[in-house]
Amino acid sequence: MIQYTLRRLGLMAITLFGVSVAIFVLLRIVPGNIADILFDSAGMIDPAEKQQIVKDLGLDLPLITQYTHWIGGLLHGDLGYSYVSEKPVLDEILPRIPITARLAGLALMFAICTGVPFGVISAVRQNSWLDYALRVVSLAALSMPSFWLGLLVLMAFVDWLGLLPIYDKAPATWGAAILMYCVPAASVGLRSSALIMRLTRSSMLEVLRQDYVRTARSKGLSEAAVTFTHALRNAMLPVITVIGIETAFLFGGLIVTETVFNIPGIARFLVVAISWRDYPMVQNLVMFIAIVVVSVNLIVDLAYMLVDPRIRLRT
Amino acid sequence: MAPVLEVSGLSTVFHTRAGLVRAVQDVSFSVEAGETLAIVGESGCGKTMTALSLMRLIPSPPGEIVAGSVKVAGTDLLQLDEPAMRKMRGSQIAMIFQEPMTALNPLLTVGRQIAEMVSLHENVSRRAADARAVEMLRHVRIPAPERRAMEYPHQMSGGMRQRAMIAMALVCRPKVLIADEPTTALDVTIQAQVLDLIGDLRRELGTAVVLITHDLGVVAETADRMIVMYAGRKVEEGTTKELFAHPNHPYLQGLLASVPKFGAGEGTRLREIPGMVPALNNLPQGCAFAPRCSAAVAKCQEAIPPLETKRPGHAAACWMS
Repeated sequence: MIQYTLRRLGLMAITLFGVSVAIFVLLRIVPGNIADILFDSAGMIDPAEKQQIVKDLGLDLPLITQYTHWIGGLLHGDLGYSYVSEKPVLDEILPRIPITARLAGLALMFAICTGVPFGVISAVRQNSWLDYALRVVSLAALSMPSFWLGLLVLMAFVDWLGLLPIYDKAPATWGAAILMYCVPAASVGLRSSALIMRLTRSSMLEVLRQDYVRTARSKGLSEAAVTFTHALRNAMLPVITVIGIETAFLFGGLIVTETVFNIPGIARFLVVAISWRDYPMVQNLVMFIAIVVVSVNLIVDLAYMLVDPRIRLRT
Repeated sequence: MAPVLEVSGLSTVFHTRAGLVRAVQDVSFSVEAGETLAIVGESGCGKTMTALSLMRLIPSPPGEIVAGSVKVAGTDLLQLDEPAMRKMRGSQIAMIFQEPMTALNPLLTVGRQIAEMVSLHENVSRRAADARAVEMLRHVRIPAPERRAMEYPHQMSGGMRQRAMIAMALVCRPKVLIADEPTTALDVTIQAQVLDLIGDLRRELGTAVVLITHDLGVVAETADRMIVMYAGRKVEEGTTKELFAHPNHPYLQGLLASVPKFGAGEGTRLREIPGMVPALNNLPQGCAFAPRCSAAVAKCQEAIPPLETKRPGHAAACWMS
């Protein structure tokens, strides 16, 4: 298991290197840099001044030099300065992480806590009205884009019902934070929840047909014990994998949701940074997200090994 | 001696889109303590459905036990409510299955799966249950049982898993053991070991064994009595010796003739039974075997022959015998 973990850490380094190259190149393929944008939007007209900005920021250097500067700094913990705010990137990112982490954590928790139980119910009561209803709802949830859902939720809960506070300042207490985050989290997590529900259902149906489930029944176990101790553990294996993949997709949803709900997390901040071509900001944010996603996937794979002895004991 | 297991008039049907499937029809038999009864027949003749009906493990819906009684030591299982039935499963009547590869839960250790049975039916501590599991593994001749109890099914060979299954089924000393094709998936040498093991435990614990198989060789070696099933019905019943010596029903005659024998002479073709088992949702009006039977006459197509005693200790359902 230790050997496996080390091998995976090695692969992680390669993946992150690939991501760093990709984001670096992609950013520079996109037309325009910070100087162009400043000139277009702020109406600066002196070409010499523009040249000076380009030179100050090192944008005239060869790409390979720019890349090694960035990575070299990154490895030393120096993330550079934001082009826009001119503050250290780290100081800009760090305070925004807890906001997004809470939102993402809640969204994932929502997805798992609703997806798994509903999937089990749907499988155990296969072809009942409840099953049909859950399947229709989950299909709808899968098809709904999260920005549209977010707008609907805002309209319903904030504007019409006035039930929820809108994000204006950082919440004072944990309770207030959860209340403030729960609706955006649910609207990001809904898609994952629906996916997890459908997968749990099909996985459970598959497992419930297995011989060992019949064996468990033949021992005299109650239906609940058969479902939870014998069937669910086996059915969770593919679901665990998908939870890992969903974490990556979650960030896509977060970008939209943070924008719609006006939440100052890193996902929305990333969009703003991209629009300014704030290279140090975007590059480091993307690297941060990549590290989180890759780490979550490693944790998921390790969890998989813990649950399934067939994998744990082979390596 | 009073029989431990008495099955009478058992009928199980499946309600399917293709119509009513009569999987088991009016099957009766009894088994005494320490006795082995074999249920013999081709695939799809209702053997496994009979076994699952005894355990009340028929998936319902679509399955339904529509008539009959299954008495274990006098208690009719078909009259019990589900919680009472759960208490019987494992403690009074247990079952082992055909596929040792898939019949054990891959995520739980073998010891835990056996101990689970003990904890369920006996009021003992978890530690005592684990100890019982190890003891039972030793009983089924698994070497180093303490270590094996900590292993997962995928770490064991097929024969070893089937022994673990047997250990699990017998750990609460049930009165009746149903073995559904327990050796079909195993190598021949392992088959013999597993059959010997079941035989020894049966003698030692006085368990009544219902052995379901399509292998007549296994029947000849292990069963005291046998019943032959065809298309969901019992067509012949008697002691194994008597039935092998004087098969009465053309179906059993056909089955016995289809077994290869040593010294039958080179180039002799094995006899086969022409045709297939009829679909259970579309049974012929008379004897279900008539379409495949060389001895069939008009009467066979009109009415189902009753089971009649043909010789002492030997009954068959055939108009022509």
